[in-house]
Amino acid sequence: MSKMVNLKINGIDVSVEAGTTILEAAEKLKIKIPVLCYHKDLCIAGNCRVCVVEVVGSRKLVAACATPVNEGLEILTNSLLVRNARKDIIELLLSEHNADCTKCYRNGNCELQDLAAEYKITNQDFIDLAHGTYTIDDLSPSIVKDDSRCIRCQRCVRTCTELQSVGALSVAHKGSEMKISTFFDRNIREVVCTNCGQCVIHCPTGALVEKTYIERVWDAIADPTKHVVVQTATAVRIGLGEELELDAGSRVTGKMVSALKRLGFDSVLDTDFTADLTIMEEGTELLHRLKANLVEGDTSEPLPLTTSCSPGWVKFFEHTFPDMLDHMSTCKSPQQMFGALAKTYFAKKIEVDPENMVSVSIMPCTAKKYEADRPEMRDSGQKDVDYVLTTRELAVMIKQAGIQFSDLPEEKYDSIMGQSTGAAVIFGATGGVMEAALRTAYEIVTGREVPFENLNITPVRGLEGVREASVKIENVLPDWKFLEGAELKCCVAHGLANARKVMEKVQNKEVEYHFIEIMACPGGCLGGGGQPIPTNDEIRKKRMDAIYEEDANMTLRKSHENPEVVQIYKEFLGEPLGKESHKLLHTEYFERQRY
Amino acid sequence: MGKNMLKRIDLIFKNEHDTDEILSKIFKRSNDDLINDLIGSGLKGRGGAGFPTGLKWKLTSEAKDDEKYVICNADEGEPGTFKDREILTQVPHKVLTGMAVCGRIIGAKKGFIYLRGEYNFLKPHLNEEIDKFHAILKKLGSDFRIEIFSGSGAYICGEESSLMESMEGKRGEPRNKPPFPTEKGYLGKPTVINNVETLAHAWTIFKYGPKKFRDLGVQDSRGSKLFSVSGDTPIAGIYELELGMSLQDFVDDFGDDDCKAVQVGGAAGFCVPRKKFRETAIGYQGKLTGISLPTGGSMMLFNSSRSMYNVLKNYLEFFEEESCGQCTPCRVGCQQLLEGIEAVKRGEKHQHYLNKLLRLSETMKMTAKCGLGQSVANSFSSIVENFREEMIY
Repeated sequence: MSKMVNLKINGIDVSVEAGTTILEAAEKLKIKIPVLCYHKDLCIAGNCRVCVVEVVGSRKLVAACATPVNEGLEILTNSLLVRNARKDIIELLLSEHNADCTKCYRNGNCELQDLAAEYKITNQDFIDLAHGTYTIDDLSPSIVKDDSRCIRCQRCVRTCTELQSVGALSVAHKGSEMKISTFFDRNIREVVCTNCGQCVIHCPTGALVEKTYIERVWDAIADPTKHVVVQTATAVRIGLGEELELDAGSRVTGKMVSALKRLGFDSVLDTDFTADLTIMEEGTELLHRLKANLVEGDTSEPLPLTTSCSPGWVKFFEHTFPDMLDHMSTCKSPQQMFGALAKTYFAKKIEVDPENMVSVSIMPCTAKKYEADRPEMRDSGQKDVDYVLTTRELAVMIKQAGIQFSDLPEEKYDSIMGQSTGAAVIFGATGGVMEAALRTAYEIVTGREVPFENLNITPVRGLEGVREASVKIENVLPDWKFLEGAELKCCVAHGLANARKVMEKVQNKEVEYHFIEIMACPGGCLGGGGQPIPTNDEIRKKRMDAIYEEDANMTLRKSHENPEVVQIYKEFLGEPLGKESHKLLHTEYFERQRY
Repeated sequence: MGKNMLKRIDLIFKNEHDTDEILSKIFKRSNDDLINDLIGSGLKGRGGAGFPTGLKWKLTSEAKDDEKYVICNADEGEPGTFKDREILTQVPHKVLTGMAVCGRIIGAKKGFIYLRGEYNFLKPHLNEEIDKFHAILKKLGSDFRIEIFSGSGAYICGEESSLMESMEGKRGEPRNKPPFPTEKGYLGKPTVINNVETLAHAWTIFKYGPKKFRDLGVQDSRGSKLFSVSGDTPIAGIYELELGMSLQDFVDDFGDDDCKAVQVGGAAGFCVPRKKFRETAIGYQGKLTGISLPTGGSMMLFNSSRSMYNVLKNYLEFFEEESCGQCTPCRVGCQQLLEGIEAVKRGEKHQHYLNKLLRLSETMKMTAKCGLGQSVANSFSSIVENFREEMIY
């Protein structure tokens, strides 16, 4: 146990471990100190100075977030000195901020607005420095950057650099010119940005927000000639509640389906259906690659195989490891598989001309907006997915429609392409794709269920940044003799900084994995850039518990047992990796420059 | 004017080139002995902040790490100071000696001179001196090596933690303190960072013993110091004077008989009006009563032909551009102070607005992240308080 330090905060004694910051010590006493540049996911910056507190006996105020405690310290968090200084700082921030709140996308969920309200900043004595000369970059399909709303806390920079190791955003210039910028101030669309949207969920204000397509979706719904299909990703059902006044980790699948029907979507379907399909395709691809590499010595499609469902990860990979693209599974993401099938298989089934179909997806993700825009995602003959909305945008639509969400009845998805299994549900958590793939692949090879209690492959679960697991394959079916006794080595990573670490090891041949699951966002999709704000580890954990609870409550827990999946192979696709699958469900990748 | 009332000291630029001899003597002494001399001399950092040099070396020598560094801060960027350039031109071997002794004491094998980008013209000369110095070190069996690192022109990089960030290839922005460089400095390793002049004084102290240095100056402000004298003075230049002098004596000596204010410590320092010359001493803040102003060496004199509004505006324009922009009080505060005095001057804001800005300047001093941010408002508050009418009319 480390040394304990005793101090007083506002006259109350507290004892904390050495190295604790004043902010953390105050938290222990349930004393709130306001913060802006501080975020639990990120390293300490100490630059907004909103959290300054008084150390009795010192002339200067110190930043509570950045100052470790000392024995005998006496801290005041609400002295006159502190209050005046803090008020000045909030006023300063407001003076350089475009505080036209009613015109801001984050109106109602803004940390600066909350603080201004808390301190009742009703005056505007300081000179307005937000002259309106700032630029708005809205050319990216995913992210809008409005510098006039920026308070230069650098949370986005730390997110992009530390958490994601992308480095698309950085600080440029100094003094009054200092701003958050991109490489040579190019548009976000043109730089290494992966569109993951982590900057968006870490931004305290409206400086970085998703590009919204709400109005276009309303237009489509209102158009009687259009059949509007909606698909919902797995992580949406455990995140949406937070935007609609429910607790983090609330499972709202039935209510969400009910709400979507009331909003006027013609068919309410489930991305989880294509998540199951992804497992069939990707699981088969893995087995195919194992055979080619281990038996036939054919390394043209090398191992390890990496997952490809996370479009932020895909773009990161294309920029960062352009000579390793053949490691990536050719499977499209569930969203794009769904889009391609909606305008072919599904359109045919319900007898709608695909030209009159509008395909909408609700995603926990901003990169999905970009993915839907990729030129190769038109295998149905049209744009496979027309509009992508985030979890947050769906909540906005629900509120706009005046729907009392918590009172809604639970409804079921439409059929077909509405059925799913627990294996698809867990796609929303880091490790979920791995677990789902193992549940199916192991059974294909051995004819038996994976040897884990209740099918719960716990070694691949959790929030640890990089996790490894291996599964011993024994007593295989005759077709898979070459895998007898083999140990399938798997790795799971989430957050692109972790992804980089793992892939650099693969590149340097320091590790020998067969299969790697990577999700761009910390926690996986449940912590995606399109999820409710705030998101932090405490909340991620709750959403994760909800996902595994949802899985445990499903009757079907293995992708290959999804009857609609069985049906689509029988009626339409033939077999995994077959000709039709290849055309609609698989894709290719492109080398991208760093600059 | 030029009355030579204040004693001119000749230690720093004294023509001495016995580096071999001095170093070999020093290297024979124990580290404790050397540190005690330094502490005993009362030498404090000559960059302006005034941290006791001996204590800094002692703390770093006690830090446990295999790798440590010595950095000479030659990013002389404070408006109105130009003494370090002269030291590096005339007596670089004294600075190099200071670094090598520091390296020996704290256990560093590597030293850097962080040279202001605008001083790159000094590089060929300095490199020659460094080569000669390395040869001496080799002879004495020391493998300490010194390298020059060129700055790129940001004022903030004179702040020690920004300087280290800059050396690490990052954006020059101050770090949170603690940890201090003595514990975690360059590359996260214990580091001594000293001003050029501080290191040159170390030569004097090690050569002549601590007493010679300590006998100069006053309580809490020992020794001599270089002053860069500029502005309305007939004898602008660099002078080595004793610390503790009264500003009145200084003005009598260097002024043009019409001096109305002295800016002590550069743009980040304090402006002293004529009526306070007598009660103001130049030295580190100490236990003695009365105003005691520290300075990195910059002394700017202004006579009655000068508009203090223009002086202040000039400083604020400088800071508005040279703040790193990281923390709110400094980034936005500087802009507000500048635009604020302009608005008052134009009559767009009532003169009472100056009170709001004075309060803001107090907030900036108390809450900014680094030493620079905490001192940018000094010139504002001291000029506005003493020359308020010049701000308004």
